[in-house]
Amino acid sequence: MEQLPKWADLVVVPLVGLILAFVLSMLMVLATGHDPMEALSLMVSGALGSSYGWGYTLYYATNFIFTGLAVAVAFHASLFNIGGEGQAALGGLGVALVSLFIPWPHWSIALLAASVSAGLFGAFWAFIPAYLQAKRGSHIVITTIMFNFIAASLLNYVLVNQLRPKGAMDPATAKFPAPTHLPSLGEILNGVGIPFAKGTPANVTLLVALLACVFVYILIWRTRFGYQLRAFGKSQPAAVYAGINPVKITVITMMISGALAGLMAINNVMGEAERLILGSVEGAGFIGIAVALMGRSHPIGILFSALLFGALYQGGAELGLWTSIPRELVIVIQALVILFTGALDNMVRSLVAKVLIRPKRVEA
Amino acid sequence: MTTAPAIELIGISKAFGPVQANKDISIRVMPGTIHGIIGENGAGKSTLMSILYGFYKADKGDIFIAGEKTAVPDSQAAIAAGIGMVFQHFKLVENFTVLENVILGAEDGALLAPSLRKARKDLAALAAEYELNVDPDALIQDIGVGMQQRVEILKALYRHADILILDEPTGVLTPAEADQLFRILQRLKEEGKTIILITHKLREIMEATDTVSVMRRGEMTATVKTSETSPQELAELMVGRKVLLRVDKTPAQPGAKVLEVENLKVVDSKGVERIKGISFEVRAGEILGIAGVAGNGQSELLEVLGGMRRGAGTIRVNGQEIDLTGKLSDARSRRKDGIAHVPEDRQREGLIMDFKAWENIAFGYDDDEAYQSGILMDNAAIRADAQGKIERFDVRPANSDLEAKSFSGGNQQKIVLAREIERDPDLLLVGQPTRGVDIGAIEFIHQQIVALRDKGKAILLVSVELEEILSLSDRVAVIFDGQLMGERLPADTDEKELGLMMAGMTGEET
Repeated sequence: MEQLPKWADLVVVPLVGLILAFVLSMLMVLATGHDPMEALSLMVSGALGSSYGWGYTLYYATNFIFTGLAVAVAFHASLFNIGGEGQAALGGLGVALVSLFIPWPHWSIALLAASVSAGLFGAFWAFIPAYLQAKRGSHIVITTIMFNFIAASLLNYVLVNQLRPKGAMDPATAKFPAPTHLPSLGEILNGVGIPFAKGTPANVTLLVALLACVFVYILIWRTRFGYQLRAFGKSQPAAVYAGINPVKITVITMMISGALAGLMAINNVMGEAERLILGSVEGAGFIGIAVALMGRSHPIGILFSALLFGALYQGGAELGLWTSIPRELVIVIQALVILFTGALDNMVRSLVAKVLIRPKRVEA
Repeated sequence: MTTAPAIELIGISKAFGPVQANKDISIRVMPGTIHGIIGENGAGKSTLMSILYGFYKADKGDIFIAGEKTAVPDSQAAIAAGIGMVFQHFKLVENFTVLENVILGAEDGALLAPSLRKARKDLAALAAEYELNVDPDALIQDIGVGMQQRVEILKALYRHADILILDEPTGVLTPAEADQLFRILQRLKEEGKTIILITHKLREIMEATDTVSVMRRGEMTATVKTSETSPQELAELMVGRKVLLRVDKTPAQPGAKVLEVENLKVVDSKGVERIKGISFEVRAGEILGIAGVAGNGQSELLEVLGGMRRGAGTIRVNGQEIDLTGKLSDARSRRKDGIAHVPEDRQREGLIMDFKAWENIAFGYDDDEAYQSGILMDNAAIRADAQGKIERFDVRPANSDLEAKSFSGGNQQKIVLAREIERDPDLLLVGQPTRGVDIGAIEFIHQQIVALRDKGKAILLVSVELEEILSLSDRVAVIFDGQLMGERLPADTDEKELGLMMAGMTGEET
């Protein structure tokens, strides 16, 4: 296929996909007998119209930045990490253990320790499929999916049988002690005199996510390891020719990817819930795939697509709250966006290419 | 002549984005002739034939077949118009028989048996008519490439092709098989078929064709009678300037042994022994050429030496035994031992096609101290280094910010050579240095290899082009089925003798 200019690939293609998804979504809203314009404006204002909405949008976006980066790092090495869900769940376990059983003097130190723990747990959960892929040829897509189920079962066991406080009814840990509670974005911004709604879940982890974006950029494009990782991802025979060790690249890349997914837990477990509950990841691991695809596996792209999906999540929740549009329809809208910006990316691209690249007429 | 041309193309133009692949091309192919089309890679030969065969649609221009203006929207239409195409890479089903392959896509009904019966009869008739003998019940995977090519020709004839297009048909054949193919083509011509032969080999044009058209940069620069031209003239028409067809070099001055290989054996991942105990040496200041038909173990030999594959036996470089199985058997360790490697397949192995030229200059050498800046890579240093190398090796355009895939084949090869030769290796492994490279660049690449030899370096050259082996090498060894058939000095041998050795006769038998 003919190549699109870079700007078209980065901006026009996702935008067209997004518009198509929204048009189709609005048609569906119309078909259920509601006013699509009202739904749309409710979604936008609910997600972005107030600092309260932003507080939720940014919270979701933080989750998606981590899982999106996780998918992107693996993707640069041609590894498809579908296991973000499980790795983030294990990250939650890492956060819970550190927060529950060690008395921390201050939240900043607790955050640091929890980050390390979450990263290690996530990395460990990615290590096993990576090792099996590198040494045994077990396909990483299959194994990471299976590890999502194993992670869910493991957490089920740990929460029900080990970490559940005596007498508690729900499969969750006790509330983390107060010194581990992270400052929310509202508290931080109000502290420097910027008004921002309190009581929203966005918290200091957003800054960690932004740091992670910088880290991934440097890792992929500025380090020797990143160079080898990208070379390996583009052509494995060439990597062997260059003396790049495929086992080493596969394992380390997947561990970094798993660590990034695991880090998500400091946002949802430590920052928001302040305890570990069952199913805390809520599909963010899978959304990360769409985020990375739409963000072209580049940290800046991921930042924007994570924001978009965050807004979509929050806007969808508002829609469910204030209208009689069924909750299921909100999920359909989200699915359409994933479908058009992720899965049908190539279809949209060929459409854009047809419009942009007209065959040049030959001068007679 | 009063007969209408078998094929006449008038004013064909085709552009891919900004690239004008065919510019206002007109060509007339008379029936019952062998018409050669010669040109460098990227000259537009394949595009033109793809338009004729219905793979591409021309932006402008008309196709006349047997005097009739014909639209060729797809290959079905081309077949219906009596055009058959034999591709460079055969399109055969490996685990089907010859007969099954011939009828594939031309079955008469839902049941196979009647089609097969009819095909068997037709095939026997075709075989008798054109002396194209093939066992109809043999599996494709069991017959040689020469035979497979015959099956491709039979497939076309079975579909009543009057016009046969052959795209680089001799790439995979031994010289003897190529000669056989040309006899078949001659026979087909005598029976009234029209043949279009696409090639970049001057020798084949001179041997086999009646008329030849030369293409350069998307344009048809000349059409001449083969009997009235010379290889030198054709080469100039192809390149647009005078070219040296022979390599200018002084006699070798062999020095100390740089590479010693003793009883090397290589087993591939399926457990098949690809190299069966070979021994040879290469000295400083000489080029050892390994001749052989593709697939006889030369790729594996380069891979073992280059650290891409494990092997058994002994290999010494500058007297030091190198690791063939352990931790130090990878390509990175080989580079530290002073071995540089220009791999056979530069697009799959030698380059990362999506990387920029400067990133490719660091490929395999990314651990170089000069490329590091703390824990980060010093991209500015790599760029500067790359720009110098690219300019010294005359890579065009000399822009190291372009991605490797946007360079032509010859310039991609120059990037690989620049990277490897400028490391000043003791031993250079070179696989198919000029495959898919245009004539102008071939000259330059050969000069660089000879220049490295003259600096007192050892060079191991693997090529399936006998001409290249004979003109570059100081000694020639022939490989067949994983074994060396013998060694010759280029001055004491010829293509005929080497051809026999490539087909499995040992040096003594010839």
